[in-house]
Amino acid sequence: MTLPPAFQDWFARQGWQPHPHQLALLEATGDSLLIAPTGGGKTLAGFLPSLVDLTAPHRGMHTLYVSPLKALTADIARNLARPVGDLGLAIRIEDRTGDTRASQRARQRVDPPDILLTTPESLALMLSYEQAPLIFGGLKRVVLDELHALAESRRGDQLMLALARLRSLAPDLVVTGLSATVEDPTALARFMGGAQVIHADPGPDPDIAMLETAKPPPWSGAGGHYAVPDVLKAVAEATTTIIFINTRAQAELFFQALWAANDQNLPIGLHHGSLSREARERVEAAMAAGALRAVVATGSLDLGIDWGAVDLVIQVGAPRNVKRLVQRIGRANHRYNAPSRARIVPANRFEVVECVAALQAVAERDLDGDPRGPGPLDVLCQHILLTACAGPFDADALYAEVTRSGPYVGLSRADFDACLDFAATGGYALRAYDRWQRLMQRGGLWRLRDPRAARDIRMNIGTIVEAEMLKVRFRGRGGAPLGEVEESFASTLSPGDTFLIGGQTVRYDGLREMVVEVTKQPSKEPRIAVFSGLKLATSTQLSQRVQTLIGDPSAHGSLPDRSRDWLALQGRVSALPRAGVLVSETFPHQGRWQFALYGFAGRNALQTLGLLMTRLMEEAGLGPLGFLATDYALLIWSLDPVTDPAPLLDPVGLREGLGDWLAGNAVMKRSFRNVAIVAGLIQRNLPGQRKTGKQATFSSDILYDTLRKYDPGHVLLRITADEARRGLVDFDRIEDMLARSPGRDHRILDRVSPMAAPLLLELGRVPIAGQGRERLAEAEAAALMAEAGLT
Amino acid sequence: MTDHAFDFGGQRLLARPSGALYWPARRWLVLADLHLGKSERMARRGGALLPPYETEATLDRVEAEIAATDPVVVVSLGDGFDDDAAGRALPDAVCDRLGRMAAGRRWIWVSGNHDPGAICPRLPGEQQAQILDGLTFRHEAEQGQGPDISGHFHPCLRLAGQRRRCFLAGRDHLILPAFGAYTGGLDITDPSLTALVPEGLAIACGVRALPVPVRSLRRA
Repeated sequence: MTLPPAFQDWFARQGWQPHPHQLALLEATGDSLLIAPTGGGKTLAGFLPSLVDLTAPHRGMHTLYVSPLKALTADIARNLARPVGDLGLAIRIEDRTGDTRASQRARQRVDPPDILLTTPESLALMLSYEQAPLIFGGLKRVVLDELHALAESRRGDQLMLALARLRSLAPDLVVTGLSATVEDPTALARFMGGAQVIHADPGPDPDIAMLETAKPPPWSGAGGHYAVPDVLKAVAEATTTIIFINTRAQAELFFQALWAANDQNLPIGLHHGSLSREARERVEAAMAAGALRAVVATGSLDLGIDWGAVDLVIQVGAPRNVKRLVQRIGRANHRYNAPSRARIVPANRFEVVECVAALQAVAERDLDGDPRGPGPLDVLCQHILLTACAGPFDADALYAEVTRSGPYVGLSRADFDACLDFAATGGYALRAYDRWQRLMQRGGLWRLRDPRAARDIRMNIGTIVEAEMLKVRFRGRGGAPLGEVEESFASTLSPGDTFLIGGQTVRYDGLREMVVEVTKQPSKEPRIAVFSGLKLATSTQLSQRVQTLIGDPSAHGSLPDRSRDWLALQGRVSALPRAGVLVSETFPHQGRWQFALYGFAGRNALQTLGLLMTRLMEEAGLGPLGFLATDYALLIWSLDPVTDPAPLLDPVGLREGLGDWLAGNAVMKRSFRNVAIVAGLIQRNLPGQRKTGKQATFSSDILYDTLRKYDPGHVLLRITADEARRGLVDFDRIEDMLARSPGRDHRILDRVSPMAAPLLLELGRVPIAGQGRERLAEAEAAALMAEAGLT
Repeated sequence: MTDHAFDFGGQRLLARPSGALYWPARRWLVLADLHLGKSERMARRGGALLPPYETEATLDRVEAEIAATDPVVVVSLGDGFDDDAAGRALPDAVCDRLGRMAAGRRWIWVSGNHDPGAICPRLPGEQQAQILDGLTFRHEAEQGQGPDISGHFHPCLRLAGQRRRCFLAGRDHLILPAFGAYTGGLDITDPSLTALVPEGLAIACGVRALPVPVRSLRRA
């Protein structure tokens, strides 16, 4: 395909020259993956072949566009309207998301538009309709936008299963993936089922550096508040700035600190996923209108609509991940061929080293990223159920189709059959009743036993399970909604407690019909707002860069003086962690023995290691009292000193602990809940239809405990263990750490070392006590009884 | 001692950490809301295919309570079965097991709103609408008709950030937690429980039975 004259004229009229990658996509015959930086006309490149094609008459849906964000589909519809209008093409473009009106959805089923813009979940839903073969049978092209982001989560697995389905319905389909810069384009191409990779010109190197600050970073903490005056200065000098913060709670606190010092009254907004949709939309609209000078944001703005006016990105806190940093930098200056400008603010002295290491990685264009695991089986269970909603299916044919999708290429027939059995009967070892049947086989085909079950299955579509959230609003009738907090956070609140939300300090009054009621409390200091349990661990590659940088004194010249002196002192009084060697220290502090291990394995893995090691210490009679894990180090305090860490780090002993003891851990239960919802064992709580009172479903923890006791081989337990190993438990990274650093260097010191000192100041200590929770509850009950004058 | 002893209706009673109530003077063991056959009922009605082990799990716990207290009378305080059909559909092995547990003692099934019909003939024991014998036992508390001992509401509370099943003991009503394995709960701050037990003690289940004044959990 070449660019027709009418299109060439159109480009010329805009004063544009088609980019080489736009023409390359037009000429490509099979599936392609375009890797291009932001601002490279990526989306237009993806649609150009469709627009050219649609100059000839076509019936039915021609092109399907899938994006991770609902907001993007609306934006794309607006952007496409211009060339389509200018060129006088008779093309109907519509979007179809969870927000689309029911009447429009119904019409789209009968009379689909030429180009449909949608999300992975809405696509999965449409494929579950009986009319799916009619809707998609004539489909010619699929455009997958922001594929790098989709591939990072299970939404990508679901999308690839849907794509396999689409390829069966429309065998001549041509698929185009659009992605930001990634570390391994061929892996991403394999993920989409194989494609020719097209690279756009990556553009000039970004202008990125540490933000100069008047005060040095503190020894510990994650707030970065010391840099507030410097950030305000940078904001005042730029046109529009996005300030990225790693967690929602920190974003709230930083936003408040900015406003407390904002003497010039610069208009600064706040944007994160816990804010109400109205609040987020107000900020987005103000950004688009150019009414804001800065917005404090979390990952909620990692993707999204281009704001051309943004000319500075500030990252507060260590970036954790080089690829994400690069993608965030790209949010500044969406003009192609102009360098993006970004500044980073380390939150503490340890993070200075990580920031320097990240800057070096960006300069070397060395992106990180862990290879994707195989497609998760709970997502497959959901796909099987959705397939049954569309109509009877043949197991052999479905297996063949599923194994044509990138993430499931290696799926064994046994695993497929286990998922099919789960979908059909629950997959239990005990087969007491014929009533446990959701699917049944008739005439060789699997179908829903009761077609009415399709409604529940469709309601449960989706692969991301949010933590149980509670709405927050001001007390009184029609109180304004402020946002949401995690239920686990709400449960720790007592009336009178204060926390931050939407940039204001509020007082907790009570829980009423599952809504957290609050009143304004501007004067009081907020309790730390810990309403996001999600903590991103530093990537393996970046951790290794940090370890290498610390361990090589000849490279310390790249560090600020203060950090250099700090590491030099560590080298003199103890040892520097270095590549291939696992360094640990034992020293007394405040009447306890401390054991510090510099593992550089990320917070999740080191937390798991803390749980496993303290268990071994308990057995060894060392009296462990608690531990603390950061991305780099693990600190354990105990009654007796660790003199020889080797037996505590024995991989065999650790793995045994993982098997029996960790299985009952809360982390595993959390993973199980997600798996059980995605696979369709239990229904998710949808916003608005949250059950209250006695009908409240019992917790999934009970199902987990029951299965572990009575059906330990159940497929959902297997999926949970797999997920946890890769995710929250991250045991793979512990094994990797032990294998990567075979050398051991244990130092027994008479006082705290320079590197351990910041650890003593960190928050997030985990107490270890066999009966810890019980003791806490007993103490609280006793206090309440005493308060009431009872004994 | 992990039980909590308290007085209600002029009698000394023990709240067991498991959620069972024991009446030492008469050697009665009272269990509310067993909901046996719950997963079978849900599967039959086209709902979730829950693990079919909750009846076994519940009976394991009932058996442990019987072994610990050696009662003369066992009372299932209503909603012993998730519905009448679930009661009739219990496998023979489950009925036999209940029969062995009931041997040598009296077993009373109080009817509840989930199981108003006649009990399955394969099950041991007798059925009663309510029991008036020194104390009043019925499935659901009746406002103004106390003192009575009941179940039905599945009371729960929050203690140190944890949700636990609990007894709710006021002047007129003693409400037991649900004993069955797959049972949800109603927070004691719910208006229906506040109306029945405005003042008194909540006794949380767990490793130990922990008493907490109701008022301190409800202040807001």
